[in-house]
Amino acid sequence: MPSALPDGEPAPADGRLPDDAVKGVGERPFAAYVHVPFCAARCGYCDFNTYTAGELQGVSQQQYVGAVLAEVELARHVLPHAPPLASVFFGGGTPTLLAPGDQALILHALTQSFGVKEDAEVTTEANPESVTADSLRALRASGINRVSFGMQSAVPSVLATLDRAHTPGRVVEAVRDARAVGFERVSLDLIYGTPGETLDDWRATLDAALALEPDHLSAYSLIVEPGTALARRIARGELAQVDDDLQADMYQAADEALSAAGLRWYEVSNWAGTPEQRCAHNLSYWRGDDWWGFGPGAHSHVSGVRWWNVKHPRAYADRLAAGISPARAREVLDGTTRQVERVLLEVRLSEGLDAGQLSGAGRGEAELLVGEGLLEANAWASGRVVLTGRGRLLADLVVRRLLVDV
Amino acid sequence: MPATPPGRVPQAASTDPSVLRNFCIIAHIDHGKSTLADRMLQATGVVEQRLMRAQYLDRMDIERERGITIKSQAVRLPWTGPTGTDHILNMIDTPGHVDFTYEVSRSLAACEGAVLLVDSAQGIEAQTLANLYLALENDLQVIPVLNKIDLPAAQPDKYADELAHLIGCEPDDCLRVSGKTGEGVERLLDEIVTLVPAPVGDPDAAARAMIFDSVYDTYRGVVTYVRVIDGRLTPRERIKMMSSGATHEMLDIGVISPEPVPTQGLGVGEVGYLITGVKDVRQSRVGDTVTDAPKPATQALPGFRDPKPMVFSGLFPVDGSDYPELRDALERLQLNDAALVWEPETSTALGFGFRCGYLGLLHLEIVRERLEREFDLELISTAPNVVYRVVMEDGSEIVVTNPSEFPVGKIAEVHEPVVRATVLAPSEFIGTIMELCQGRRGQLLGMDYLSEERVELRYSLPLAEIVFDFFDQLKSRTRGYASLDYEQSGEQVAELVKVDILLHGDTVDAFSAVVHKDKAYTYGVAMAQKLKDLIPRQQFEVPIQAAIGARIIARENIRAIRKDVLAKCYGGDISRKRKLLEKQKEGKKRMKMVGRVEVPQEAFIAALSNEEATPKK
Repeated sequence: MPSALPDGEPAPADGRLPDDAVKGVGERPFAAYVHVPFCAARCGYCDFNTYTAGELQGVSQQQYVGAVLAEVELARHVLPHAPPLASVFFGGGTPTLLAPGDQALILHALTQSFGVKEDAEVTTEANPESVTADSLRALRASGINRVSFGMQSAVPSVLATLDRAHTPGRVVEAVRDARAVGFERVSLDLIYGTPGETLDDWRATLDAALALEPDHLSAYSLIVEPGTALARRIARGELAQVDDDLQADMYQAADEALSAAGLRWYEVSNWAGTPEQRCAHNLSYWRGDDWWGFGPGAHSHVSGVRWWNVKHPRAYADRLAAGISPARAREVLDGTTRQVERVLLEVRLSEGLDAGQLSGAGRGEAELLVGEGLLEANAWASGRVVLTGRGRLLADLVVRRLLVDV
Repeated sequence: MPATPPGRVPQAASTDPSVLRNFCIIAHIDHGKSTLADRMLQATGVVEQRLMRAQYLDRMDIERERGITIKSQAVRLPWTGPTGTDHILNMIDTPGHVDFTYEVSRSLAACEGAVLLVDSAQGIEAQTLANLYLALENDLQVIPVLNKIDLPAAQPDKYADELAHLIGCEPDDCLRVSGKTGEGVERLLDEIVTLVPAPVGDPDAAARAMIFDSVYDTYRGVVTYVRVIDGRLTPRERIKMMSSGATHEMLDIGVISPEPVPTQGLGVGEVGYLITGVKDVRQSRVGDTVTDAPKPATQALPGFRDPKPMVFSGLFPVDGSDYPELRDALERLQLNDAALVWEPETSTALGFGFRCGYLGLLHLEIVRERLEREFDLELISTAPNVVYRVVMEDGSEIVVTNPSEFPVGKIAEVHEPVVRATVLAPSEFIGTIMELCQGRRGQLLGMDYLSEERVELRYSLPLAEIVFDFFDQLKSRTRGYASLDYEQSGEQVAELVKVDILLHGDTVDAFSAVVHKDKAYTYGVAMAQKLKDLIPRQQFEVPIQAAIGARIIARENIRAIRKDVLAKCYGGDISRKRKLLEKQKEGKKRMKMVGRVEVPQEAFIAALSNEEATPKK
């Protein structure tokens, strides 16, 4: 089962936003996320909003694409004065299960409706087994300029536990093909802390990933989500419990290996070569920028209003076909909540949070956290709240303390 | 014989003692006392069929749910006996639990006869046996009755033999009834008329009436239940409580049939109620003697004593801001519970609360349950403990009701309360029970076979061992077949020590316990392990130590937390991440700080219960 959506207030049927929110558009960069809810098979650990062919209740990829185009049209009406898109991100699911022409069609519609900045980052996620040199070439030609491969691990037993279908060698080929067709920006996604994975397994994965010389790398600790097949296998004792201490060791091993290879952390789970190579789209989430999330279950944020679409592709397509906004519910954030979010999100970045955003009590805690080695002393001295290596592993704890009186 | 026609019912205040029969019913929980009482109410016509409800006389929800009677009751039942004479039967209901032995003894003292009611599928239980002995000591006429003869599993012949053996009668003397179907109930009422002696007293002497119960009622204040021994109580006269000398205006006097009916007074042998406007049951105490204020008796009736708390425990609100509500609730309960005592207590770990004294474990449970249910309070209670008398080397003496105040060093000797316990069980469990009692420092006093299959074991046991989890252990090791009764039998000197639990170097007062020195190590290790499983990892390593004085006897470590971060946000679902933070912050509010260590309430509750620890997360 895909994960549950949050609660919220009802969203209007025409997708309209409060006037204040519409007026605020343009004060921040504007981005687009396109959720592609298709997968060839569901991986045991995944609780994302994605569906295999059998779960789609007759929604074809054509209908999906048509519905996304309708949502783009809706967005254009809701935000007639939105600035050109600073980034576009096709995520999933498995975007590369769509025909390359479909992604091109959606990107074209976005360009027509909002414009896309000249230097915009346009990313697609890709599973190594679902691309070919030809499909990559078509994607590159459509204007997509960055590809992020779901490598996950270089160790076959770990890939098997994660239900990933590719072989380690397939990643090498896919990266080579991507470079060959003109993708200068190649990112790899890794998962650590899989049941049965040893620290040595993880080091081998890091070495294999670095050998491909990515300009960007994301490493996510495996989170066992309730309701997933993985959670059930652990509950039945077929797989070991995830060990937080081992995950901490693995994180530190990653940070060391990646730093040594010239990739520096810029967000708790993300590393990049130069500042230009950081994932602009990813940063826009943490910086509180505006973005419209298209597709089933996608989340959006515009000027302090967050909303999310209905989850099932059937319901999503039906709504748009009926001329109704696919938004299931929304939240209009008040000042305090925006403040909380700002601390919560910006603390995760290497550029950190402006100390001026904290209350008196929050600054008191920050002083203590510096003393405890969880915040960088130098950054604090110059008015920024920046996590240390240990602090990154305890970011949630740090946030709770910085918001002690909120 | 049928019920007495309404026009012929003898009036209270003018009833000839020779037609009065005062009796009680002695029975174990679940042996059907309340149902039999219901049938008696119906058979005598005092409750019309259409107004009948199950367990008519049990007033509190908690009484109905647990199938126990906490407070006693008295009901006046008119009944024309087998000879055709109109009689009045006063049925005095008695509390059915070990904690309330004193109340039982006063109810018995108000009667001339006792119906010994035994479930014919289960046989007699230890508490019933104890109450039977009390009845025999009070020279009550005992009428053995086997109940539930309608049950398929009933073995009335077998248990008739057992009862005959116990009270020295013939098996044929045991009546057989079914409270459920009503079979045998009329015959029982006739037998009460025939067998129970009429009360005897001096109608011309100064009035003396014994209080056998006292109940607070929101509308009427304290309702006092009395049995008149000598003389006569009349309305609108001042009365005097002989233990305190306090006098009160008599606002109302009457009988219960089964609702209160005012009368012109109560004469010799009669049972009824008084209302004086008193607002607190402690001003109208069970066992006290009521007399006329203008013409007082010179000598009180024997048997009065102050209820003495045997078991203590700290009660703390989970939410510290509920402290005033808890105090108000305790005050309200005390209006109706003379045995409940409390004083404010401050715990470094649990904050502000109250140290409460109870008659026993059931009393403790009932108080806690009523506080939570009727007053909607969430509470943490510390492990129950007994009262220790500590004699220091310099000869001074300290009475300890709170383990954290147990003195350290320079102790000459420690005295602990002991009880005489009676266990009734099928004989196959003798070995198991002996093993349990020996493990709890018990001394076998004697053993008797009630029949071939049932045995009575008598032990001297430290009360502290019983308040721990003795009863649960006894029940589980005997598959529920054993029953237990105990009574105070003084105190003994024992080698007791205080075990402290230290969290990150700070003593957690709520976890201090007084235990026998041979068990200190086991206790310390178990507690340290339990806490290790219950307390979440902190930012720093937290040692948990068990110590006797300065000597560490056990140690565990909670390793520092290293990872507490969600790796990613799911497709921009920031709301989910923020809500998670809000939930975590809410969780923090339910933490108690012990020094720098955050301890969840649940950890206190679990650590202080006898249950196995369930790991955090």
